[in-house]
Amino acid sequence: MSDAVSALDGATYDGLVRLEDLGLRGMITLRGDLASVALKNAATGVAGVDMPAQRRANTVGERGLLWMSPDELLVLVPHAEADQATRTMQATLAGTHFLTENLSDARAMLRITGTPTAVREVMAKLTPVDLSPDAFGPGDVRRTRLAQVAAAFWMPDHNTFCIICFRSVASYVFDLLKAAAAPGSAVGYFDQS
Amino acid sequence: MLTLQCPYCGVQAEETELHAGGEAHLKRFGPGASDEDFEAYLFMRENPKGVHFERWRHVNGCGKWFHAARCTMTLEVFGTYSAQTSEPPQSIRAAISAKRPGWQWKDFA
Repeated sequence: MSDAVSALDGATYDGLVRLEDLGLRGMITLRGDLASVALKNAATGVAGVDMPAQRRANTVGERGLLWMSPDELLVLVPHAEADQATRTMQATLAGTHFLTENLSDARAMLRITGTPTAVREVMAKLTPVDLSPDAFGPGDVRRTRLAQVAAAFWMPDHNTFCIICFRSVASYVFDLLKAAAAPGSAVGYFDQS
Repeated sequence: MLTLQCPYCGVQAEETELHAGGEAHLKRFGPGASDEDFEAYLFMRENPKGVHFERWRHVNGCGKWFHAARCTMTLEVFGTYSAQTSEPPQSIRAAISAKRPGWQWKDFA
């Protein structure tokens, strides 16, 4: 068995905010009827958090559930548990209509931390999403794009954004965030509101 | 800038998060159809100045296809609705009638 490494191998950058690669994380896609009790139980069983409402994320440490679409969840677990968690959900849901796949090594997860206004501003430079505190806050998740590539992000708290993108574009996204967080590039837009 | 609300995930999606899917409510003519019908299905499209119905996909988002009713002249959006229908729902028609009395688009009015 080869040693798994994340796309950015723990890269970090300090600018307007702190940007870091979160390393290997378990990410499992789960598609099916999100209203079904069996599916909810399978997802919450391996993730150990409550079922999120529409466009919401429930995360605790490396574990969590992200609402990705009306029929899709992303299940977050520690990387080492991802295969077992996938098999557990497959066994729990056997016989029902669902799809689950361990995508951990197809994705990269990054994080920016800093002051509440700075992290919002860095993200707002790259995405078309309304990131005003009224429109997007802790616990919200959004699938969208960062500059030219698809990405999803959520806010665990006021000072943090976690970002998921494809592994193949991880260095592009890292460089984007680096440029958006370059010292001296502050706009101060959210400082005024 | 066009902003459409995705009827599936409820997000206010801005144009660059979406992918245009062309005219809505096409009736497919496949094997066995007359040449005229097949040609019209493949090539003939509405090009209205005013009320128009389109298909869109929330591509940088939940990935779902949906329908939108909008005005090609003012970019005003009358509403978005599910892809699982072959005609605009009554609520959308009423919303258009309120703004554009007497509108007509193909067989819908």
